[in-house]
Amino acid sequence: MQQTFMVYVEDKPGVLNRVASLFRRRSFNIESLTVGHTETPGVSRMTVVMDTDDMTARRVEANLYKLVNVLRVENIAHKRSVIRDLVLLKVRATFETRPQIFQIVEVFQGRVVDVTGETVIIEVTGTEEKIDSAIEVLNPYGIIEMVRTGMVAMGCGDDTPSVNPEFVHASAVAPGPVQ
Amino acid sequence: MKKTGAQLIWEVLVHEGVDTVFGYPGGTILPAYDALLDYPIRHVLVRHEQGAAHMADGYSRATGRVGVAIGTSGPGSTNLVTGIATAMMDSSPIVCITANVSSAAIGSDAFQETDVTGITLPITKHNYLVTRTEDIVPSLREAFYIARSGRPGPVLVDIAKDALQRSIEFEWDDTPVRLPGYRPNLRAMPEEYERAIEMINSARRPLILAGHGVMMSNAMDTLRRFVDKTNIPVAMTLLGLGGFPASHPLNLGMMGMHGEAWVNTAIQEADLLLAFGMRFDDRVTGNLKTYAVNARKIHIEIDPSEINKNVRVDVGIVGDLRETLEELLPKVAEGDRSEWINYITDLKGDSAVRDIQQLPDTGHLYAAHVINDLWRLTAGKAVIVTDVGQHQMWEAQYYKHDYPRKLITSGGLGTMGFALPAALGAKLGLPDEEVWVIVGDGGFQMTAAELSTCAQEGAKINVAVINNGFLGMVRQWQEFFYNRRYSATPMRSPDFVKLAEAHGLTGLRCTTRGDIEQVVAEARATEGTVVIDFRVEQEDAVYPMVPAGADLHAMIRRPYSPLVETSDDPAK
Ligand SMILES: Cc1ncc(C[n+]2csc(CCOP(=O)(O)OP(=O)(O)O)c2C)c(N)n1
Repeated sequence: MQQTFMVYVEDKPGVLNRVASLFRRRSFNIESLTVGHTETPGVSRMTVVMDTDDMTARRVEANLYKLVNVLRVENIAHKRSVIRDLVLLKVRATFETRPQIFQIVEVFQGRVVDVTGETVIIEVTGTEEKIDSAIEVLNPYGIIEMVRTGMVAMGCGDDTPSVNPEFVHASAVAPGPVQ
Repeated sequence: MKKTGAQLIWEVLVHEGVDTVFGYPGGTILPAYDALLDYPIRHVLVRHEQGAAHMADGYSRATGRVGVAIGTSGPGSTNLVTGIATAMMDSSPIVCITANVSSAAIGSDAFQETDVTGITLPITKHNYLVTRTEDIVPSLREAFYIARSGRPGPVLVDIAKDALQRSIEFEWDDTPVRLPGYRPNLRAMPEEYERAIEMINSARRPLILAGHGVMMSNAMDTLRRFVDKTNIPVAMTLLGLGGFPASHPLNLGMMGMHGEAWVNTAIQEADLLLAFGMRFDDRVTGNLKTYAVNARKIHIEIDPSEINKNVRVDVGIVGDLRETLEELLPKVAEGDRSEWINYITDLKGDSAVRDIQQLPDTGHLYAAHVINDLWRLTAGKAVIVTDVGQHQMWEAQYYKHDYPRKLITSGGLGTMGFALPAALGAKLGLPDEEVWVIVGDGGFQMTAAELSTCAQEGAKINVAVINNGFLGMVRQWQEFFYNRRYSATPMRSPDFVKLAEAHGLTGLRCTTRGDIEQVVAEARATEGTVVIDFRVEQEDAVYPMVPAGADLHAMIRRPYSPLVETSDDPAK
């Protein structure tokens, strides 16, 4: 199943490399990894998505915690959350096809962010599935260029996690019992 | 007061209580070597930086303190790599300090520039690239703290040359190291303890698997009280040997690929395994699918990522082993396990008869005899540092370790060439201890250059070369699994006696069993490092053997041999 980790790390040189290297070293296969600033200065937040079972997910979590620069790890696979991906698409758009493309963009609640004589650049955000289908529908017009950010995620509700909790219970990082 | 970055290194080391470092100079690290002369620290000039890392490792395993290795940029730091990986696999706390080219030149492929932090990223617990003089002290203090806390391990600090040369205003600041993301000592939920106690108290055929963690957490005494109360027998991992006395009636011996047959059988038949500070390496489990399928499993381990890594467990308790056992001890019930213990005793069956110690003395010299005699003659009290191969397994089987931290061996990485430098490190850490190296003719030649270091340092260690003319362990695999096709395993060696003498040391030779005692006595009485060339049986094999990946109970046993008298008593 899809496991989504929110990983808070110290904003220091080489930290992205440490995280990526850990996944490589342990043969954990990353589907998507994004990184950016957080509300707290000096702390970056990664969203790491991988397709694996819960047992492996706990091992990933435990291994991430072993990295000295990792402050907090949370797997939101079993929590209510918002997950978003963003795509920029440069699509061939002639005088005739442009209205149709604009319509499609509207259906996907996307935006046209640039228009030239021959092409348009479209921005769509949403779940991975939504973006996949937008791409599918736009494909026949001719996709010239595409870039996706990869997924970013946030858990729902009021219990905003502390970036660096004082204490992490071992059971939170050690895989639980197997019956 | 103003200090150069180079001086700051030694300031930290002195504060950390470091008395000895192992290293090799070069262009970029020169400023540090210049400053060294003004500090009360002994520097051991190694003959290869791999030796420096192994010495730091041996020093650390013998003393429990952090060992320090030093190398220059480029080849100086890449030569450390094998030693760092060795320390990583066996959770040995060492700090490696390397210099790199000046910060402005980093990334330009400058002369002797290597990305050593990149190279060592997966084989260190943590590492640092320091480009500012201001960061030298904090990085090094953190390095020592990280190396020795939690599950220990190697930490590397790579410092740019200009950061060593610059001076800054410096006042020692004793505020404890603060690493917000580093959580060395996690604690388990109380429910985990409750479930463990319930399982222990209701088990009929429980078995303790004691690993390196016993010594790492100083849990020797606690484990003993735990065993004496519960009467649960104990099986040992290679790195666990010495954590629980070999002579204790409930110590069954070593488990795994070359473990005792009855130990492996007992594991397969147990109804509860208590894994204490060990990590279910494939060399101890064999085929995971058939491993201890009848047993529930409790895993007590300081590193949460080890729990459920190889073997799925019923209860995982993350924490320091000693603290955890102290917590459990009052709550576990006293147990009478005589039925189970008698059963295991019966499993020993004809094992004693098959034992190589029973071979008649036909004038041949067997490695197992050398090692068993060495145990007897040193009353089991020497620090034994082994290399990797057959001799290592025979040591584990025939040198009965009653005391902790007296066996130093490369378990996880299996690094040939480890023994001699690690032994020198151990000796310099514990100058009053008797230190013996047990090494194969192959492994000895990997780092024999460190004999020169032994001579220069005036260190007294005894080197027992178990010389069988082969890369013995590999030859054994070829014998068992490759139809005796001895590809690249016969090895010609120099005259080890002359080699010792060329270093200004003493060389001795032993070719028959009857001479072992006298040769050992001579080595012990001789000043300075002694090399003994034990010319042993060439094609002997280590038994029992679980072939790699086979079921743990599928052991190849030693063929029968006639019974003769042997000595089991170290006092004799
Ligand atoms: C650095 C290194 N290279 C290769 C090996 C593979 N290896 C394991 S045991 C062994 C043979 C060791 O031979 P020797 O040192 O003579 O000891 P013996 O097995 O004969 O006791 C080899 C080559 C290793 N463990 N380490």
